[in-house]
Amino acid sequence: MNVSLRVWRQKGPGTQGCFETHEARDLNPDMSFLEMLDVVNERLAVEGKDPIAFDHDCREGICGMCSCVINGEPHGPEFKVATCQTYMRSFRDGDTITIEPFRSRAFPVLRDLVVNRSSFDRIIQAGGFVSVPTGSAPDGNAIPVSKEIADLAMDAAACIGCGACVAACKNGSAMLFVAAKVSQLNILPQGKPEKDRRVLRMVQAMDAEGFGNCSNTYACEAACPKGISVNFIARMNRDYAVALLKNKPA
Amino acid sequence: MNLESRTPSGPLAQKWDRHRAEIKLVNPANKRKYEIIVVGSGLAGASAAASLAELGYRVKCFCFQDSPRRAHSIAAQGGINAAKNYQNDGDSVYRLFYDTIKGGDFRAREANVYRLAQVSVNIIDQCVAQGVPFAREYGGTLANRSFGGAQVSRTFYARGQTGQQLLLGAYQALSRQIGAGAVKMFPRTEMLDLVVADGAARGIVARDLVSGKIEAHSAHAVVLATGGYGNAYNLSTYARGSNATAIWRAHRKGALFANPCYTQIHPTCIPVSGDYQSKLTLMSESLRNDGRVWVPKRKEDSGKPPASIAEEDRDYYLERLYPSFGNLAPRDISSRAAKRVCDEGRGVGPSGLGVYLDFSDAISRLGHKVVEERYGNLFDIYKEITGENAYDVPMRIYPAIHYTMGGLWVDYNLMSNVPGLFVAGEANFSDHGANRLGASALMQGLADGYFVLPYTIGGYLATQKPGAALPADHAEFRKSIEDVGTRTRRLLSVNGSRTADSFHKQLGRLLWEKCGMARNRQGLTEALKAIPALREEFWQNVRVPGCGEELNQALERAGRIADYFELAELICLDALTREESCGGHFREEFQTDEGEALRDDEKFAFVSAWEFKGLNGSGHWDLHKEPLAYEEVHMSQRSYK
Repeated sequence: MNVSLRVWRQKGPGTQGCFETHEARDLNPDMSFLEMLDVVNERLAVEGKDPIAFDHDCREGICGMCSCVINGEPHGPEFKVATCQTYMRSFRDGDTITIEPFRSRAFPVLRDLVVNRSSFDRIIQAGGFVSVPTGSAPDGNAIPVSKEIADLAMDAAACIGCGACVAACKNGSAMLFVAAKVSQLNILPQGKPEKDRRVLRMVQAMDAEGFGNCSNTYACEAACPKGISVNFIARMNRDYAVALLKNKPA
Repeated sequence: MNLESRTPSGPLAQKWDRHRAEIKLVNPANKRKYEIIVVGSGLAGASAAASLAELGYRVKCFCFQDSPRRAHSIAAQGGINAAKNYQNDGDSVYRLFYDTIKGGDFRAREANVYRLAQVSVNIIDQCVAQGVPFAREYGGTLANRSFGGAQVSRTFYARGQTGQQLLLGAYQALSRQIGAGAVKMFPRTEMLDLVVADGAARGIVARDLVSGKIEAHSAHAVVLATGGYGNAYNLSTYARGSNATAIWRAHRKGALFANPCYTQIHPTCIPVSGDYQSKLTLMSESLRNDGRVWVPKRKEDSGKPPASIAEEDRDYYLERLYPSFGNLAPRDISSRAAKRVCDEGRGVGPSGLGVYLDFSDAISRLGHKVVEERYGNLFDIYKEITGENAYDVPMRIYPAIHYTMGGLWVDYNLMSNVPGLFVAGEANFSDHGANRLGASALMQGLADGYFVLPYTIGGYLATQKPGAALPADHAEFRKSIEDVGTRTRRLLSVNGSRTADSFHKQLGRLLWEKCGMARNRQGLTEALKAIPALREEFWQNVRVPGCGEELNQALERAGRIADYFELAELICLDALTREESCGGHFREEFQTDEGEALRDDEKFAFVSAWEFKGLNGSGHWDLHKEPLAYEEVHMSQRSYK
């Protein structure tokens, strides 16, 4: 199959970008989307042109590094699938495919399709952990956790930190990402002692990074490659309200 | 060279406790006067960086990805072993130790493996306390599953995403220290050289992958936790970015490389479908708990749809050959068995290089829902890649490069022969011998980072003067920066006609054919001629676009591939030199009548540690041998029948 690509090209963070058109020919429908970009890049390199820069690593949908917006949708057309697990059989012969980086104020473009998502790391650094130094843990079975709670925490913990939720949101809100981590840890008994502090600090860090507010359109859940539920946002809002009331500034 | 393993004396079960009691300590107020560099942020790197910072050391941590959370440990699916004996099924520290030693075909260092089994229980406790959502029983206790190479149920898991959850636990511990200012994190930064001065590791030279700037970083000790080197084979289950450059550059600076030919080929991966392919995807070994592996008994049936092949015409060859372990036979043995049936022409799928992994029995026994609960995400991945629904038709699988047991040589303290250079996780050679058992990589990475390095690095630092590390403008740093810059410019200036990736594909095919699941003298000799020639062509004819002072992914890859040529040569040299079969290293000349690996303990019960002596046409190395002395276990022919 053959497709035409409209790809965002941008030299660096401060420079202006534009769309460039490239033809991708003789593709196998069983190729992954990123393998299709590999083929295009091989040709560009041989021709002495700059290959298209894009983030990727594991190519099995778990590391969260790949980050394209394909035809207006973060991670492309398939439901609950990351860019790296998108295959060319999802497109038709002759299609024109538009490829852009994740766009958000808090994710500056570094080059072409590569963005800087270290704002996510800083949110985790603010409170996305249980403060338990190495060596200080009790026996694993000393902390019973019911299967229902463990499963719910796992649903939240499945987040791969890719940022598609932010890219999908018209406000550029990171609520789904933050809520997933707050919920995982706040639901579990291990995370209870820092419950209030965690949610207050992580929300504060999120706001400081320039992410937008949540207006409950649920575009984030629809774009999430792991299908993280927006219910966690409601859960975080409740935790946040409770924490605010309990911890009124003096 | 004196290869001193520094294994403590005394009975096996007391070595680690005794060593910990005797190891030198750094006083708390002095810890902040020491700087430690940790390269890599996977299970071993992140856990080490976090734990060392908690102790009070000043830590700098480096990773090439955009965030430490992306390291490839994240992709581990099945689980993590620990000798908790929560199932009351007869597990113990000794049994986990013995299974691991036997699984490694008696080519690992006994004392290291015993320590690994001992601290395995602490790892589970630590991870639970961090909030890792392990699978639970209804009563709230931790659940376990079985894994290859063991007859007890000791594997802890978090759905099919155990590596992800353990890594995020370590990443969160690391993030806490970054937030507290105890760790300085350098994402999108790649180590390109180790700096050795006055006989000890003093720092690294790294390239900022966004600006292209090459900079020196100094410290009192350097930890490499940069993973394995399986991407030398190009097609593998590794992440595309996983690479051997950090350990290879350290090797060129004097660190010995141990057992490079011990590569693990995982039996259950999705088969290769085309030349454009960039990676192979693993289907977790845990699937072999409930899936049954088979091929048609007759060659003529291999093209038929699986449902049309009657039960009596199917060969469940693992159950037939290894009745006591059945589908849970260890990885090396299962991989070779798959190769054998495919070589006989009984392989399935378009390429004939595939076997069935069939869940129909499990679905009728347990029901669709239970199978979905256990393996749903793996069935989803399979469907995304192949477009097939494995609830209806059996999966097709084939072995692929998955892990490397070899790595930089380390002593009992995980320190290489270069003082101050520590190596952890898959990057070292220490614990898995010639074959790694499933669910043991996560265990080893976290054991090294949480529970071994924090003690042993202290023991080394206590011998070093506290205070400022070597200044980053020291002559050795300047020289190293110059060398790295020269090499980068050289890659960019060849301006030939082939891309680095095309060379990588060619090298990978060569390695897979000559030094893959089965090796022989002739093939290895040919490879040892072909690889230097290909390397020569690479440096004459590669084309790397762009420049060095920018984000340039083609340049990053070219540098890594250039190192694979040298490494590939050493892999083949080691495979040629080891004239026996053991674990993942199968020399066709050395097999039993039944086609199993035939060890030669008299001649080869040693660790091969290679010292780099330079390139001159081909590579040159000196071989040093660390004898493997077993105090506790008796070396025997491995049997899973």
